[in-house]
Amino acid sequence: MYILVCGGGKVGANLARILLRSGHEVTLIEQRADRFASLEEEFEHIVQRGDATELFILERAGIKRPPDLVLAVTGDDEDNLVICQLAKEKYGAPKVIARVNDPRNQAHFDLLGISPTICATSNIMGLIEHEVPEHELVHLLELRRENLEIVEVQIAEDSPVAGKRVEKLSLPEGSRLISVTRNGESEIAVGATELRPGDQVLAILQPGKEDELRKVLLKR
Amino acid sequence: MKAIVIGCGRVGSNIARQLLYEGWDVTAVDEKEEALARLGEGWSGGFVLGHGMDVDVLRAAGIDDAEAVVVSTDGDNTNLVIGQVAQKRFANPCVVVRVLDPARAAFYEERGLHTVCPTSTAIDALIESVRACEAPKVEA
Repeated sequence: MYILVCGGGKVGANLARILLRSGHEVTLIEQRADRFASLEEEFEHIVQRGDATELFILERAGIKRPPDLVLAVTGDDEDNLVICQLAKEKYGAPKVIARVNDPRNQAHFDLLGISPTICATSNIMGLIEHEVPEHELVHLLELRRENLEIVEVQIAEDSPVAGKRVEKLSLPEGSRLISVTRNGESEIAVGATELRPGDQVLAILQPGKEDELRKVLLKR
Repeated sequence: MKAIVIGCGRVGSNIARQLLYEGWDVTAVDEKEEALARLGEGWSGGFVLGHGMDVDVLRAAGIDDAEAVVVSTDGDNTNLVIGQVAQKRFANPCVVVRVLDPARAAFYEERGLHTVCPTSTAIDALIESVRACEAPKVEA
């Protein structure tokens, strides 16, 4: 594959290094003179200097081919967004991946249809939620393109659904139970599946339905 | 009529003052407190301290019921993103975005964002000035 990596910081340089080692054709773009100098020692002609949001810089790096994949991994969210818009909409790059530095900017990427995105802070938060039992509803996976997410819920002793069958639940619209794990064994949740306290339940739902689902399953 | 001016430097502050003078209800937004000084001592419009990428800041400035949004920070990409957020998320009918790079300005203009490129304006004006010099000279 031909992969264009925009941003030569720790993330971009390591991606370029790994992708090259895996046999891909790579061009790396870095704007800062000091960074470029040390990158050039390692990457030689693979790295080009310039602002990857400038059209002529992108064109010099071969964006018109276009690359099979464009990675926008600078430390600036606005730059990453514009790089992705240019790559996709002006040059027809089939796939872009954007780094989100500030999780508060995620909504802007979603609004402008830039997907997939990757945000270190959000990923760490997800892991924390998974580790900390106080969080009753754990986000396991976000399916951005589908606008769905998979969450895990533990059925409590006092849960209003304990002892009820799945078909008897009035789940919020836009949500479904996927599976029930009990004593380390999992089964697909069907209408006849009965929920019991301590069950780990996986559910798929539209983002924003978490509270409604929480109310039904946990009455909180 | 309510207008928000995001980015209150040399350009933004003068736009804000002129709009206020023309009778608009103007709120300026800038991440630096010093920007308030550029609006002058008698500034009677609003001022919100914060970054235009922050939706809460835009809301505090009243973007929900603004008739016009001018985006004029010193970053082209910042302006392009804020402009698109104002247009697409807040459905603001009149969004004007300053973009110094003519190439990016043209691309986003094609996509329906109203961009103004001071660089292109300067190039045109300078070329016009040079052409004016070519007028026949009077012999000394």
